[in-house]
Parts: sequence; structure tokens; C-alpha cells
Amino acid sequence: MSPSPAPETPDTDARRDWMSVLAKAPAADLDALWQAHGGAPAFTWLRAPEVGAVMVRGRAGAVGAAFNLGEMSVTRASLRLEDGTVGHAYVQGRSRRKAEQAALVDALMQTGAAETISAAILAPLKGAAADRAEGRAARAAATKVEFFTMVRGENK
Amino acid sequence: MYVAVKGGERAIDNAHDWLAEERRGDPAVAELSIAQIREQLALAVNRVMAEGSLYDPDLAALAIKQARGDLIEAIFLIRAYRTTLPRFGHSAPVETGAMACDRRISATFKDAPGGQVLGPTFDYTHRLLDFALEAEGLEAPQAAQATPRREPTPHITEFLDSEGLLQPDLRPEDDTPRDLTREPLELPADRPLRLQALTRGDEGFVLGMAYSTQRGYGRNHPFVGELRVGTVPVEMEIPELGFAIEIGEMTLTECETVNQFTGSKTEPPQFTRGYGLVFGHSERKAISMALVDRALRWEELGEDNVGAPAQDTEFVLYHADNIQASGFLEHIKLPHYVDFQSELELIRKLRREAQAASRKEAAE
Repeated sequence: MSPSPAPETPDTDARRDWMSVLAKAPAADLDALWQAHGGAPAFTWLRAPEVGAVMVRGRAGAVGAAFNLGEMSVTRASLRLEDGTVGHAYVQGRSRRKAEQAALVDALMQTGAAETISAAILAPLKGAAADRAEGRAARAAATKVEFFTMVRGENK
Repeated sequence: MYVAVKGGERAIDNAHDWLAEERRGDPAVAELSIAQIREQLALAVNRVMAEGSLYDPDLAALAIKQARGDLIEAIFLIRAYRTTLPRFGHSAPVETGAMACDRRISATFKDAPGGQVLGPTFDYTHRLLDFALEAEGLEAPQAAQATPRREPTPHITEFLDSEGLLQPDLRPEDDTPRDLTREPLELPADRPLRLQALTRGDEGFVLGMAYSTQRGYGRNHPFVGELRVGTVPVEMEIPELGFAIEIGEMTLTECETVNQFTGSKTEPPQFTRGYGLVFGHSERKAISMALVDRALRWEELGEDNVGAPAQDTEFVLYHADNIQASGFLEHIKLPHYVDFQSELELIRKLRREAQAASRKEAAE
């Protein structure tokens, strides 16, 4: 598969969206979809996958002063396709393979292959994430307390 | 004077080999996988992530396996590992108001918008051992489902806030928090630094300090305004891109206490807040953190220092970290032969002198 040249710079919102989907995807899911899609195009590393940490912050009282809550593991990578398109990845966890695949998807999404990649990889990942969230929300909803008032007599 | 003593190497190697064998236990029993620990001992994994101060469930599960279930040893392994990771940056503060809640309860407002959602809780269980779990190959249990809520679940404190009855939590001008993983913990510690120390502090220690305030040592009349557990996305500005993306998501437990406060020299009567936010599903820790946070706020609220342990910032923050504590505590079991030799000499000398003095007295 050789990507065609980038037709245009993707809109930031769209890119933010797909990079976020990739970051949160389980490594095994991304790998399965990527393998099924048919392997990697040629590329050179700008930054080989690197495992590191990001300090996650919270706010006192949810809205007040920022504080350091603790770190999370993150793997990042940057690469360039043969046509010059640059792909970046910052993904949760320590999978170098996931970072490589996410950076490739990021790059390909800026090329003529965007539609195919979006349908083959991003849509199923998004769907699976939505199903997981929906499953938890549905279970939570079933544990919502439905209060009722006992008739105690004094209002009769 | 230090005297190099050799000869322990073979014994140490063999001890570690035996440790590995003991870790595995009876080979006739199936070996635990990391995935089993992550999925089925999730609350232990959560504690190791919170106190290890690194959100990575697989790594925490590995640490638990390696530590044979000793959670403080597992936390130690995580702390040691995280020092090897380069720091890519920091996230934007997580938006817990937008949390996808598994659980959300309030002890103060029955009819809060979004309702009382119990989630997967031990509350209301009878704490009777369930011998059915001894059996293997049981069918996977299926939880009931209902139509999910589509609306956001606002923080309950917002309602009190709007009436002005609750002291607001304001953002400082310089909103860059100090980081005790980057600089030594120095006093005075502002609230962000205290919150960082508490969220990674030992659950048992923080629980004990919180309990002491309930029993009267710096009582602060807490209500659990809200307790929520669920997932939030983590967003970070990416330098290569010049915009922020979500780099992951995590489960958090948040507790906001609303504390009765009759006013002080500087503050009007109002409700005040304590805050707890912890990695994973860790309710006991989050509530404890909120109570201790509130106790440590006495100075900024113009309250009296009644001398309670939970009001003593130095005492609380310097003793909350179980890795520092166990490191210092456990080092005393390692060889101190030379130290002890000199103590022995000293005691012998003092005894000789005392005996000589009493003999002299008797002779006079």
C-alpha cells in the first residue's frame, strides 16, 4: 500500500479527534485492525517509539488550584512517510508497537488513504470505545436509587 | 570506620532463588497471569497505582505478582520503575465534572440531579464469606442494565456554591503546582502540594489520621457532599502539534466533603470543603484524603490550632509516604555490625567505670 500525497492539511479538530481515539485504544485492538488492514507503508523514524510518563493534574475541589495527582505511562513516536507526510503519536501505556501503528495511522489520515483508514481502523475503535462506555453507563443506570416516600398516616 | 565484610554473595543468590520458588508456590497450582491480577484483583492494582503514583494497570499487576502480594513492596517496585521514565510533560487538570460515572452518591442531597447511583459497591453487602466463589468454572455473572443517562452529572457542590453557602475554591494566579517528585518536600506546604502528598500517601496512614479527626482530635464535622467513581479523559498539549489531544483515560475516585464551619476571625459562617482525588476505585482513600485535607486547612480558614495530629502539616506529610517510611524502618534489619560493636564497647566501658566507682565507694 503506498499512500498518495496529502491533498490538504487536515482540520485540527479532526486530527485531535483521531489522535485521541488512537491514544485510548487498547493496543491489541489497534494491532488486530492494523494487521487486518494489510501492513505498514515505508517510513523513516523522526523519533523512534519512546516510553515515558506524563504528570496528570487535578484541581483542588475539582475547580480550584491545580495539583499533581500522579503520573501515567505514555509512549510517543514520530515518523515520516515516503511522500513526506509526518505522523505523530502520544498513546497511553508502554506499547511501542501501538505508538508506531498510531503514528502511521496519523500520517495516513493526512493522505488520500484517509477514507479507507478511517473506515478500517478508526471507526471500529470508536465503535468499541462507545460500546464499552455504553455498557458501563447502562450498568450504572441500573444501580440508580429510585426513592419513594412511605405513607406514614399523618397526612391522611 | 567501615569494614568491608564479604561472604554474603552466595547466600544472597540462593535466598533470591528460594524467593522465586516460594513466589511460585505449589507448581501443581496454576500460575497467576498478569491479566488475572489486573482483572480480578483490580482494587489491589488500584492501590498500587495510587501509592506508586503511576497509572498503569498492567505494570501494577506485574508488581503485585513479583511482590507476592505485598502491596507496599509492589508500590516500591512501581516507584523505582517510574524514576526511569523520561517525563514528557504534564496534563491539563482532569475535568472530573465531565466524568463518566460508574458510581455517584451524596450523603447530603437525596434528590441531586443525576441521582444516587450505587455502582459496583461493597456497601450494603453483609460481609459474609461467599463460599460459592471457591468453586471454579462458574458462569460469568451478568449485571442488570438500564437506559443510560445522556445528560452530564454536575458536581453537587455547585448547588451550594450558587447560594454562596460554600467557600469557593479559587484558582491562584500562578497555577503551576509544586511537584514533590521533582523537589524535596519543604514546608510551608501549600494546598496543592499537600494534596499531592496525600493522594500518594499510605492508605492506612491517611485513614488513621482521618479517623482521628472524627474521634475528636481536630474535629471538622464532615459530610460526604459527593463521592464519584468513573473514567475521565486525560488531555495534554502536544508540543509538536501546538494543540491538545487526549493521551489516555483513567478511572478516578473523587470525594468532596462539605464541612460545617461556624466562622472564624477572617471567614464568615459557611460550609467549607475537603477534597480527595485518587487513582482507580479507592473510596476509603478518597474520603480519608478529603478529611485530612480539610484538617490541614485550619490556618488558611483562620481556625484555632488545637494541637491535633491531623492539623500538623509536618507530621502528616512527612509520615504519609509508605516507601520513605518502610525504607527507613526496614534498613535497621540490615547489617549494623560495626555500629553495634562500638555501642557494645561503650556499654562495657560505662559498666567498668560504674563498677569501679561502686567498689571504691564500698571501700571508703
